[in-house]
Amino acid sequence: MLVKVFVTPRREILDPQGRAVEQSLRSLGFDNVSGVRVGRYITLDVRASSPDEARAEARRMCEQLLANPVIEDYRFEVEGS
Amino acid sequence: MKWGVVRFPGSLDDADALWALGEVMGQEAFALWHKEESLKGAECVVLPGGFSYGDYLRCGAIARFSPIMRAIARFAAEGGLVVGICNGFQILCEAHLLPGALTRNRSLSFICERVSVRVENAATPFTCAARKGEVLRLPIKHGEGRYVAAEGELDAMERRGQVLLRYVDERGEATEAANPNGSMRSVAGVANERFNVFGLMPHPEHAVERALGGADGLKLFESLVLSRSSSQLREESAAR
Repeated sequence: MLVKVFVTPRREILDPQGRAVEQSLRSLGFDNVSGVRVGRYITLDVRASSPDEARAEARRMCEQLLANPVIEDYRFEVEGS
Repeated sequence: MKWGVVRFPGSLDDADALWALGEVMGQEAFALWHKEESLKGAECVVLPGGFSYGDYLRCGAIARFSPIMRAIARFAAEGGLVVGICNGFQILCEAHLLPGALTRNRSLSFICERVSVRVENAATPFTCAARKGEVLRLPIKHGEGRYVAAEGELDAMERRGQVLLRYVDERGEATEAANPNGSMRSVAGVANERFNVFGLMPHPEHAVERALGGADGLKLFESLVLSRSSSQLREESAAR
């Protein structure tokens, strides 16, 4: 089952990358942009008998490796569920 | 004293740490390969700087799962002394042996310069050869050294004296201008609650000889030798 994982810096954590990208967008004339955050997008194939099982596995993977809960939030989608 | 310096694929400063400890300080220092599961009798383990496993995913995130890290976690749980420098600090945070995390520098630039750090707590095995308030000149070289932790956790760490080093200016004051990477509260080095695990972004192993521009790094390594010999003395007198 295809699992898509989105990892982003937590709200309260300064994201200098997001800020630099935001400034660059503004300098291109996109004055309507704010709140840019730069994160990571990971896709995985997970062998699982149900979307629920795939979700439970994905959660454990995020907690243990894919995200660092001290500085990052994560969410994921299970394709076809 | 026996020192084990861990060598991960991508470690860079392992040879400098071995030089500083072995050649400059005359200690018994040897390398520990990341696939090993024994610390070979090391009394202090050093995790050196570099880019272990290419810094994939997050700095230190993959190194945490190497066999030697299991041995180091056990060693630390038994009270063994562990020091993580730069990438080693990142690995110790990822392994939950130290609180907090290290993130991209505020400036987004890789920083390579000599900075001043103030010793905030000299009553630890890592700092006992220095004075509280003493300012050390040490090099830093990192892209991801901005220390972050939850405010409440940082408050508790400050109360317990776990913040051992802070970036300061030439007058010894922790100003924002003297904070090279934007670390919360100018934190440059922290210990765990038990004070047997220490992580720092500055590189003491690059500051051990005048020819290198300064020898202040020796103070930190000498602290460990001093604390080890005084604890041995205590054990011997208790046995008598």
